[in-house]
Amino acid sequence: MKNVRILYPCLSVFIFGLICVFSASPAAAQDWFRTGTGLGVSKARVAVADFAPKSPAAQPMAVEFSDVVRNDLDFSGILDLVSKSYNPLQTPASPAEVDFKAWSDGPASSQLLAFGSLSADGSSLEISAWLNDVRNSSLPPVIGKVYRGAATDAQVRAFAHQFADEIIGKLSGGLPGIAATQIAFVSNRTGNKEIWAMDYDGENQHPLTQIHTISLTPRWSPDATRIAFTCYAQPGSSSVLTAQICIYSTASNRLISWPRFQGTNSSPAWSPDGSQLMFMSSMYGNPELFITDTSGARPKRLTYSNGANTSPSFNPKTGQQVAFVSDRGGIPQLYTMNADGTSQSKIDLPDMGYVIDPAWSPNGQLLAFSWRRPSGNYDLYVMEIVTHQLVELTRDAGRNERPSWAPDGRHLVFESTRTGTRQIWSMLADGTSARQLTKQGQNESPNWSPK
Amino acid sequence: MWNRTHARALFSTLIAVVALGAACAKKPAPQAQTPPPPPAAEPPARPTVNLQASPTFIQRGQSTTLTWSSTNATSLTLSPGIGAVAAEGKQTLSPTEATTYTITATGPGGSADASVRVSVTVPPPPAPSAHEPTLQELFDKEVKDAYFDYDKADIRADARDALSQTAQFLRSYPQMKVVVEGHCDERGSTEYNLALGDRRAAAAKQFLVSLGIPADRLETVSYGKERPFCSASNEACWQQNRRAHFVMGK
Repeated sequence: MKNVRILYPCLSVFIFGLICVFSASPAAAQDWFRTGTGLGVSKARVAVADFAPKSPAAQPMAVEFSDVVRNDLDFSGILDLVSKSYNPLQTPASPAEVDFKAWSDGPASSQLLAFGSLSADGSSLEISAWLNDVRNSSLPPVIGKVYRGAATDAQVRAFAHQFADEIIGKLSGGLPGIAATQIAFVSNRTGNKEIWAMDYDGENQHPLTQIHTISLTPRWSPDATRIAFTCYAQPGSSSVLTAQICIYSTASNRLISWPRFQGTNSSPAWSPDGSQLMFMSSMYGNPELFITDTSGARPKRLTYSNGANTSPSFNPKTGQQVAFVSDRGGIPQLYTMNADGTSQSKIDLPDMGYVIDPAWSPNGQLLAFSWRRPSGNYDLYVMEIVTHQLVELTRDAGRNERPSWAPDGRHLVFESTRTGTRQIWSMLADGTSARQLTKQGQNESPNWSPK
Repeated sequence: MWNRTHARALFSTLIAVVALGAACAKKPAPQAQTPPPPPAAEPPARPTVNLQASPTFIQRGQSTTLTWSSTNATSLTLSPGIGAVAAEGKQTLSPTEATTYTITATGPGGSADASVRVSVTVPPPPAPSAHEPTLQELFDKEVKDAYFDYDKADIRADARDALSQTAQFLRSYPQMKVVVEGHCDERGSTEYNLALGDRRAAAAKQFLVSLGIPADRLETVSYGKERPFCSASNEACWQQNRRAHFVMGK
């Protein structure tokens, strides 16, 4: 246990690491540099043995389970995954079968080993999974879990994500794993822009809505049971479809009725307690920000300006601050205000240029956004709110827009045109480990589920 | 000089040849002596025939009646396409095109014929009625979209002219309702462009209202950058997409 305990600071050091980079680089705003995760701290080295199938028929599921766990751990960014090719030729089915020395010696040189067994008898699935410290064979397993469910590929993947999250939770000192999270996004692959969802690793892509108009800007509710988005629907007696707020229940798989307003209504954002929605509406003429409870009753106007005001994002930590986009100064720029509309002020950046898509990090300390500086394309940046220190996350790779934070605060999902078409990508919040999640059609506006 | 001498010699030769030819033609032919003809017997009477058509002008599909009579004929043939007929008679025909009918009477005294032409006019196809433009066509011709500057929702001078023309049209159709769509180019976020498109539609509507078009005839909708008119990434295309577009209401 002692060895594991030493690893706990790794994750908290990640956030500090980012901030250290900010503070250590006063000229950072003009410079292109990369940051590393867990700077100066060696990451735990973890191996994942192939899980032992209890029968030949269970072999494919055992392979899938091991691969998904490996993929999740690798993408977590908090540990050093031992390449599968370095693994010793043994597949221990239980702690008694582990050859500790084989795993702790080179080339694997691992500190921790995930392993176990999988049995599938046609209808039911049982997976026994352990995480052991292989440098000290006298310690009890760090994790010992049994997963039972239906023998389906989807269930195997779900258990693999759960087990990976257990490991990540242990090694990160309690930060949530994200392997079981989902990403909502907009795809046009059926011919119309509809709201879709997928697992955080891009698997299991499926449509949620079939409205056959234009659906945009999905946002998960904090409890991940609903998605608010922009839809085109009829307001009242009018025959013209206009942009409205729609809410989809992921629990009942249907749209929940919500009031229709005059004008254009879009870009909903949930307050972190889930009790309120902020959105853009031109119900009184100009596109302004409004806040209402989740029933949509009696929206209260928050902004009064001559320009367009949209893209609100709550500080998830406090619920008291909101970042948004306004062109009241001429072009779209970032502003902040209190959730009641007071204290509106512009975030000053070193260059002019478009600034859009603010996304507040889960810990409330960082703001991610897309910025088209006069010299460049739309690129993603992260700014520390307190110091205004900036980190550029993308460069020379197409248009990069709409960052959304994973609940671990360590990953971002975003849209990029770097392959020539607009697709969803994820990466570590320092700009490394970018992964393409979608390939079919045009895909945009990803939003990471909060749990 | 040489040429003139040469030409004169040629001319003299031609004169000689012509003179010789004339001399030959004038050579007298030998005359044959013919006896006077014997007195002829009374010859059979020559046949006569008469053919009329009534009417001689028909439209295609109508008919005409041919009437004929003859004397001293032993056979009558009406052509084209009819053949032997009686010495007197009539026949109704519907030629599809102009036809000259000929009747030939043959008898011991020889033959005679008569003809009549029946003209057939093809009725003109129904005259194309003068094309009346539909309301949609008039709308498309007269109603002008308003174009905008980048990131702006202000009515430019050219948009002012376009909207004035649009207002003039709308005044002449006071019952017509119109949807004002706000559109944007691809730059900027989906969210921001929804807001900007809303402002453009509202600005165009406001201008029309200032020209006397009742606000309740004008509904606005913003499509942001979702329904572009042009998909290339250049200024010419972007300008096409930065507009307030009018659609005839239902």
